Amino acid sequence: MSQDRERIAAEQERWHKQTVAPALARSPEQKEEFTTGSGIPVQRLYTPADVPVDYLNDLGFPGEYPFTRGVQPTMYRGRFWTMRQYAGYGTAEESNRRYRYLLENGQSGLSVAFDLPTQIGYDSDSPYAEGEVGKVGVAIDTLADMETLFDGIPLDKVSTSMTINAPAAVLLAMYIAVAEKQGVRPAQLAGTIQNDILKEYAARGTYIFPPGPSMRLVTDIFAYCAREVPRWNTISISGYHIREAGSTAAQEVGFTLANGIAYVEAAIRAGLEVDTFAPQLSFFFNAHSDFFEEVAKFRAARRLWARIMRERFKAQNPKSWMLRFHTQTGGSTLTAQQPMNNVVRVALQAFAAVCGGTQSLHTNSMDEALALPTEESVRVALRTQQIIAYESGVAGTIDPLAGSYYVEHLTSEIERQAMDYIAKIDELGGAVRAIERGYMQREIQEAAYLFQRQVEGGERVIVGVNRFQVDEPPPTNLLRVDPEVQEAQRRKLAEVRARRDQAAVDRALAELRAAATGTDNLMPPILAAVRTYATLQEICDVLRGVFGEYQPTEEL
Amino acid sequence: MRKIRVLVAKPGLDGHDRGAKVVARAFRDAGFEVIYTGLRQTPDQIAEAALQEDVDVVALSILSGAHNTLLPKTVAALRERGLDDVLVVAGGVIPAADIPGLKAAGIAEVFTPGTPTGVAIEFIRQRVQPA
Repeated sequence: MSQDRERIAAEQERWHKQTVAPALARSPEQKEEFTTGSGIPVQRLYTPADVPVDYLNDLGFPGEYPFTRGVQPTMYRGRFWTMRQYAGYGTAEESNRRYRYLLENGQSGLSVAFDLPTQIGYDSDSPYAEGEVGKVGVAIDTLADMETLFDGIPLDKVSTSMTINAPAAVLLAMYIAVAEKQGVRPAQLAGTIQNDILKEYAARGTYIFPPGPSMRLVTDIFAYCAREVPRWNTISISGYHIREAGSTAAQEVGFTLANGIAYVEAAIRAGLEVDTFAPQLSFFFNAHSDFFEEVAKFRAARRLWARIMRERFKAQNPKSWMLRFHTQTGGSTLTAQQPMNNVVRVALQAFAAVCGGTQSLHTNSMDEALALPTEESVRVALRTQQIIAYESGVAGTIDPLAGSYYVEHLTSEIERQAMDYIAKIDELGGAVRAIERGYMQREIQEAAYLFQRQVEGGERVIVGVNRFQVDEPPPTNLLRVDPEVQEAQRRKLAEVRARRDQAAVDRALAELRAAATGTDNLMPPILAAVRTYATLQEICDVLRGVFGEYQPTEEL
Repeated sequence: MRKIRVLVAKPGLDGHDRGAKVVARAFRDAGFEVIYTGLRQTPDQIAEAALQEDVDVVALSILSGAHNTLLPKTVAALRERGLDDVLVVAGGVIPAADIPGLKAAGIAEVFTPGTPTGVAIEFIRQRVQPA
């Protein structure tokens, strides 16, 4: 093998002198240096000499350690990825209609977008909610809204992902309570809560409590779900937003897995045995436009996480080693200019996610740089996944790009860079400390600013933005959230408050306060409070009172 | 000559601060003095910061869809404090149809996705004579 490598390297040198050099003398290449979208140097050609992988150790077989080739033994030959479009806006009624529309059109799982007041633990009648109700997702104040949201949707048949972090325990409790009313037991529920507070501090911004109590809420959910909701993904450790905030592909992997390490350590410190909760951890990555780099990124993340779980945390259960992940195409790559071009970007990115072995996928809609997507553009986005699944042939064989000299080289390179970031974060005292000290935020900002300078300097071409522009009329036919939503939601909340048993609410909140002051698992008292129709904010205010609120330090 | 002073602010609950931070850096590199408020600022908090920091410009970044509510309120909060000469600009995911209403409410310019930072810098230089 190594003899082969030497011979190939020698031949490559000959090729360069004999064949390439004269060609370069006639016409130079387009630029001096080529790099991936994230700045990894790219050579003219890759050969077996560039791929120092040991097949059995580094790649192996699908469904087996280190899972480089995929987490399932048959991958998409058995079942396609879950086509899961993130949706939600306005009132629970409107979002319920959109979910039914998506399910009727062949979507296989739900993904709930909540509005910002819900994500930050404010009710729709809070002064902080002014203008925000129902805008970036659905407004949920009480269990009554959740009942409407899932009306007519059998929770034992669909899996539901909820993008909720700081108040994740409350929304999970509401989901469990709605299921109970449908006669569905918690053990039958399948789905995911994002529940990844660390990336909120680092990149996404919907934090409430300081890191210490936030990590307790996270590990309380791990412990509760391991017992009561065993099919639930208790966290979706998210690189998506880190990438959207401007990071490189390698930072996306490095920071996300470093956050993953912090959650595992916190759970172990809370007394949980690694193999009881680790199989319920899931991940969420971005798919940007540099196709090969993205495919390599997913493969690198899988291999690296498997090694971390087995070697660092001594997990024994193979399910604890598996990095299962959702992918969303890159929102920040969408352009407001010539929005139809986004259909092509999304298709490329989605294809990368599938070639990278994703378990579920959201494809962005063409109009999302302008507004929330219309029903028609959401359908095109979903159809993009269906065309990849049914027409492209990609589902027929597992990990089809394995063995590409370039892809294997990039996989190893991204893994190496991610390991360097994790080592740096370990040195800083772990992900929580690194975030408190602004390390991740600074790295992300640097990368974002470099990207912007490259776009403005023309070294990085964005079709339709800094090259190939046209004069176009402002787009019409955008989705608008009815401004009446806020008033309607406030009326509904007032009705619920008037109708509920206030004494029961007060008792439940007092019990929650007592639990929060102590060390009991917070899920049972939150569930009890939710059942009395206590509002999201009432519950979060109790916790704010005990835990305090996070105060970020902003630096530029 | 005094440098142009700019407050870059994030009104409302929106956590998308990539744009705000990139623009703040670009403003600083252009020679402006930049103060960044951080996330989750109410219109009154932004106006108070503008007053305290004695800025020439307030640059608001918003991607949450709450612009029609929060941007006019921010202008009103500035004017209530007598900050009539402060130039207010905005950037973010703001549909073209909403821009005339925002301009009527006192937003001098709205920069939508894909705008080079240089365009915003030039606009501010044209409109602000530092005292």
